[in-house]
Amino acid sequence: MPDRAAVSRAEPDPAGAAAAPAPAVSPSSDVAVACENVSLAYGARTVLRDVTFAVRRGERAAVLGPNGGGKTTLFRALTSELEPVAGRVIAPGRCGVVPQTERSRLDFPVSALDVALMGAVSRLPWWRRPGRADRAAAHAALERVGLDAMADETFGDLSGGQRQRVLLARALVQDARVLLLDEPFSGLDTRSTELFMGLLDDLAGEGRTLLIATHDVDQARAWDLVLCLNGAQIAFGPPEETLTLPTLERTYGGSIVELPGGGGHGVLPPHHHDH
Amino acid sequence: MLHWLLDPWSDPINLRALVEVVALGATGGALGCWIVFYRLAYSAESLAHALLPGLVVASLAGAPLVVGGAAGLIVAALAVAVAGRTPAIGHDTAVAVVVTGLLGLGALLALSPDTPARLQELLFGDVLGVTDADLALAAGLGAIVIGALVVLHPSLLVVGFDRSSARALGRAPLVVDIALGILVALAILVAVQGLGNLLVVAVLVAPAAAARQVTRRVPAMMAAAVAIAVAAGVAGLYASFYLDTAAGASIAAALVLAYAAAHTARAVRGARRA
Repeated sequence: MPDRAAVSRAEPDPAGAAAAPAPAVSPSSDVAVACENVSLAYGARTVLRDVTFAVRRGERAAVLGPNGGGKTTLFRALTSELEPVAGRVIAPGRCGVVPQTERSRLDFPVSALDVALMGAVSRLPWWRRPGRADRAAAHAALERVGLDAMADETFGDLSGGQRQRVLLARALVQDARVLLLDEPFSGLDTRSTELFMGLLDDLAGEGRTLLIATHDVDQARAWDLVLCLNGAQIAFGPPEETLTLPTLERTYGGSIVELPGGGGHGVLPPHHHDH
Repeated sequence: MLHWLLDPWSDPINLRALVEVVALGATGGALGCWIVFYRLAYSAESLAHALLPGLVVASLAGAPLVVGGAAGLIVAALAVAVAGRTPAIGHDTAVAVVVTGLLGLGALLALSPDTPARLQELLFGDVLGVTDADLALAAGLGAIVIGALVVLHPSLLVVGFDRSSARALGRAPLVVDIALGILVALAILVAVQGLGNLLVVAVLVAPAAAARQVTRRVPAMMAAAVAIAVAAGVAGLYASFYLDTAAGASIAAALVLAYAAAHTARAVRGARRA
């Protein structure tokens, strides 16, 4: 039986006067998203335990972990789609979400502009339709991700990298302070990845907070914080403290191999290795 | 030619039927697009068939059909919900069993009394028999459905396109699903009067499916679906008048022909482009 009294959800408090009793994470004035001893479950099955972290405004945090390690589940809790069975989630009412593009309906007859415009819906009451100012914002967001020329193309006809950028434009139209990106680099070519990385740096530069689920340890090294998940929180902190061989081994439950030619780590999934 | 076109409408019976098919076409065409997007065609068909006992009881008792239809819909929805929870059978199978059971029960009820209910009209509709009250009801419920679709458009789009992100955009999928379910139930109630229990699903699915083949955006698709539904309705009435065919079945046939034509048009265009 989960202790309901321990379960709560709060808006980040810009004044720093958090009313939480004995918070495990000290409520710094610019914490944008945080978890305190959060456990998440689907029915009776606990899928993620003991998550405690805080990410401040303008920080980029990598969320590392194997498939099924709890990355997407954590994001569902941050968007309040999933209530924690224990602990406290501190997140803005509406985080911007950039999902994996295969999760959206590629057969839907909508243009890139239509998709970007969906971001405006979050700022409108349910009976209001997006207006001219919202359309301008959608065009500006597409321009920013380098796709305004493709505004009238059908979303499903775009390449994977372009679709990913359209979904980022949707979050920009939403004007979300916290963005949750679920493996935005999977299936992107090098050029698209570089473009996308640059965009993320710019967004963090304007004070937005980014949580980025990824499999790429080297990308994570370039960001401010790393959260390692594998059914429970394995580690949280700056890359130099968290991206160590023992931590990565515990995170991926397999063996990590030192890549030849300088510094990189590769991850070998458990079934490749016998003991 | 003009004579040929206008002749049928000099008869008030046919004129009322015309107004009815326009109301049904506008409602079914617009709502049908969301039925297609949300993959609800099977659910809509199941509900439409399973409300037969309600219609039969109303007809035997001399009560308004819309009341019987509404009661039948509620019973059908509850039966489907309960049967769907049976583990190890699977939702589709459970729904099929419930629908067949209720359809059979309706037929049994209709055929057992000494003066049977007009079973044929209930199953295949009687668009030429609509009264002014039926028309007012169809127009009223149709206006409610279309008005709700206009207001709910952004929410339906957000949830239909990307269900997993909808909550983050401030739209709860469950609420939108329930709202759409209520609209589908209302549309079935309207359309079952004119097209009958078995053919109602034609106007809810075929125009949208046809429009999907020839359009590239949601608003264009909805406009095309309404146009196709209304045109097929009118064509069915002409067929009924000049060829002496059953009106409801003629409309359903015209709808299916429209889908076949749209599908062919798309295939031809695709082949030309290739």
